[in-house]
Amino acid sequence: MISITIDDLKLQVEEGTTILEAARQNGVRIPTLCYLEGVNQIGSCRLCVVEVEGMDNLPTACNTIAKDGMVIQTASQKVVEYRKMILNLLLSNHHQDCFSCPSNGKCELQAVCNEYGVYKTTFEGTRVKIERPPKEEHPFLGYRSDLCIHCQRCVNTCNNVSGRRAINLKKTGMFTIIDAPFGENWEETTICESCGNCADACPTGALYRKAGKKYREWEVKKVLTTCPHCAVGCQMYLLVKDGKVVAVEGADGPSNHGRLCVKGRFGSFDFLSSKDRLTDPLIKDRKTGEFRKASWDEALDLVAKKFTEIKKKNGPDSLAGFACSRSTNEDIYMLQKMVRTVFGTNNTDNCARV
Amino acid sequence: MTNTISDITKESDVIMIIGSNSEEAHPVLGMQLRAAAERGAKIIIADPRDINLTKKADVHLKLRPGTNVALVNGMLHVIIEEGLTDEEFIKERTEVENYEKLKKIVEKYTPEYVGEICHLDPDDIRTAARLYAKAEAAPIIYCLGVTEHSTGTEGVMSLSNLAMVTGKLGRPGCGVNPIRGQNNVQGACDMGAMPTDYTGYQKVHVDEVREKFEKAWGVELNPNPGTKATECFEKMIEGDIKGLFIFGEDPMRTDPDTHHVDRALSNLEFLVVDELFMTETAKYADVILPGSAYAEKEGTFSNTERRVQRVRKAVDAPGNCKQDYEIFTEIMNRMGYEQPHLTSAQIMDEIASVTPSFAGISHARLDGEEVAGNGLQWPCKGPDHPGTPIMHVGMFSRGKGNYHLAEYKPAQELPDEEYPILLTTGRNLYHYNAMAMTDKTPGLMQISPHSYIEINTADAEKLDIKDGERIKVSSRRGTISSEARVSEKTGPGEVWMPFHFLDGNSNWLTIDALDSIAKAPEYKVCAVKLQKIPESEAYTEDGTYITQAMIAEKRNEMYAKQLSVSERCANGEVVSVASSWDDYSTLVNGCSSCD
Repeated sequence: MISITIDDLKLQVEEGTTILEAARQNGVRIPTLCYLEGVNQIGSCRLCVVEVEGMDNLPTACNTIAKDGMVIQTASQKVVEYRKMILNLLLSNHHQDCFSCPSNGKCELQAVCNEYGVYKTTFEGTRVKIERPPKEEHPFLGYRSDLCIHCQRCVNTCNNVSGRRAINLKKTGMFTIIDAPFGENWEETTICESCGNCADACPTGALYRKAGKKYREWEVKKVLTTCPHCAVGCQMYLLVKDGKVVAVEGADGPSNHGRLCVKGRFGSFDFLSSKDRLTDPLIKDRKTGEFRKASWDEALDLVAKKFTEIKKKNGPDSLAGFACSRSTNEDIYMLQKMVRTVFGTNNTDNCARV
Repeated sequence: MTNTISDITKESDVIMIIGSNSEEAHPVLGMQLRAAAERGAKIIIADPRDINLTKKADVHLKLRPGTNVALVNGMLHVIIEEGLTDEEFIKERTEVENYEKLKKIVEKYTPEYVGEICHLDPDDIRTAARLYAKAEAAPIIYCLGVTEHSTGTEGVMSLSNLAMVTGKLGRPGCGVNPIRGQNNVQGACDMGAMPTDYTGYQKVHVDEVREKFEKAWGVELNPNPGTKATECFEKMIEGDIKGLFIFGEDPMRTDPDTHHVDRALSNLEFLVVDELFMTETAKYADVILPGSAYAEKEGTFSNTERRVQRVRKAVDAPGNCKQDYEIFTEIMNRMGYEQPHLTSAQIMDEIASVTPSFAGISHARLDGEEVAGNGLQWPCKGPDHPGTPIMHVGMFSRGKGNYHLAEYKPAQELPDEEYPILLTTGRNLYHYNAMAMTDKTPGLMQISPHSYIEINTADAEKLDIKDGERIKVSSRRGTISSEARVSEKTGPGEVWMPFHFLDGNSNWLTIDALDSIAKAPEYKVCAVKLQKIPESEAYTEDGTYITQAMIAEKRNEMYAKQLSVSERCANGEVVSVASSWDDYSTLVNGCSSCD
């Protein structure tokens, strides 16, 4: 353990702890933009600068290791002015047309600018010259360079969280650009798995889920649930607007740690409100083969009557009931209970084998 | 899984993956395996294809499909011969007598002998065996590439032998870890949707168990174990099973040998299907009951780690749809059993009351601060029990670990002169099984729109098949068309297909040979032949080349119009949409054979 002082608080922290971690562990807030714990700790946005006694420059808290005896100021006049300047510079390359941005209301840049009272830039942006139209040919994902603050969260999320390296830093002349594979040639990029973990990581609306344009952050209710596809059991939020699921976001579950795949993120909700959903019980006319709508009472009475007849005539083992491996434990329990108690057979199974 | 995803990917120095293309079938596990390789864990892959992760693998055993048992016995041979076993673990934790028998069995499985069977370099088998055995911590990860064989259970048993002789069980970063296919297939087995078991694997043939359930449910129960689903179809054809209730399954698309399933379902006296959509199977039903989707209900799923996690209601089900457990409750009452209407949470309380391994699980606890969103892994034996992340710590659940002795047996149907190519099937990244959910997402259909078949370059050259060409694929059971994808991904004489697509569905071809013990179908091996489509059939009347995309489009149109796979022509033959082979003009114009 080492001893440090943060804003007059005398603290003991583990050796090897960064200044940011030390502050957060002790309830001291240092603003960040590019920082993502364990994924992106590169100090590129410089918003997390702090003042350290005896140091001329202002080190970035996210990747500076705390040393024994350090005396740190996280909100001195100098630090606050420096952060305002950083935000002023970031805004010079960030189009503030928040109305059209899917991240309006959840944008971390918006929030921190608001906190520091920086509402517009006093500089002329340098990247304006190389701005390209949005890349949105990809079915699910888009990228707007004019909203990008080059924090590299997406780059390192793809590298370290999804493990694909599909988003890269590239040079064009003297400028650095983020090369996101969502433009015209998206189909040729086999590296990108369309998982969208990059979009969850973006602090602004630069890299976004296209579905995000259909709602505003404050309009949706988020419901924590378990993904309905494979058996990894990823935790995720269903975003519900006006009684309809409009998007999915990753949640920090024990088996997924915030990650989702393309099916979980994009293939888990359109089917819910599909026009093809069956909405009424249907009974088939055996002669014509046509189905007709029926009331629940009529359909259930028929089911009970026919199964009872078959059971009486041919014995209970002439009936069987299969459960769905996609449904809940509670549903499956009741299905097998139905087969065992009223069908009177153990002919119950699930699709484990198929 | 005996272990958790977190410990096997973070605390292992070697990872052995056999018959699992995790990056596509379980992508979020795949992401964590890539991270494990990145941090320096050594990777052994036994898979008949060059799956993506093989690029990061230290050893890729590109074995002939259907030869897992031989490979694992070969690894055991090397480990025993080279003294790489964990003798202390064997002596203290396992049935030593049986170990001696195992030694005898694997004696003949020299790397050279196994190399012949599996089409592998004997030295690669040695390298893999040494890497695994010498590792401090190494998990075995397996999936349906091991189980979907007529010798699937033997494959699993051999893997457990491998873990036991090297002492790689009951510790972090180790274990024998099946990656279950479906979100709640673990739960479906745990909940007693099995012909031999009540909840928590309590056996129906054991008198005390049955008496316990009779008391809890207040009704006399049938003491005879039932028939496994895959064997029920034969009983339907024979007329022994006459009434069937299917809750959310689509065997017309997912079970092997579709013609066989068609005969079985057509022969039923009464079929009830509880579904979200008019699936191919639902079209056979006498009554269809509209149920609810996962986002419309409260409940739990059990993931592949045995972790019970919450499912929460986000939206109302449309129209007159009902909660599925309500449907079952209604039927129970109408058939003379007084089943009270319970909430999902109350049902879980009932499950806990009759299931020792779930005794400590409740919705309230899962939602509470103590669990903190981490779910509970069974066995969870009481309200204070924290759950069991790693199984078999200190002692196996049966006491001493037993060795199951398995000899290699070839698959049921091997290539021959008439059907010279070996077909194996699997899942791709963008779809899920019969696509009931994923085909409703336009973007996924845009990325992965239709059936395809991966063919080795040498075979394609021999047959003059070009990459992207639509070809005819036949087995003894059916014929389909699919788009050729030519590469080195599969071995020579081997092809691979995804099992998702309505157009060119591989299950018209697969064999309904079953694992002798678990009764899983042998999806992973059957014999097929590939044919070029003759010029006369390859083009439309106006001279347009017929692509698989066009076939898919027509098929999906018919699906949307809800025309059944079982449409029959006047002669009673299964035709047009019904036949597995899609002749384009039939798809466009309907059946011509009865005109």
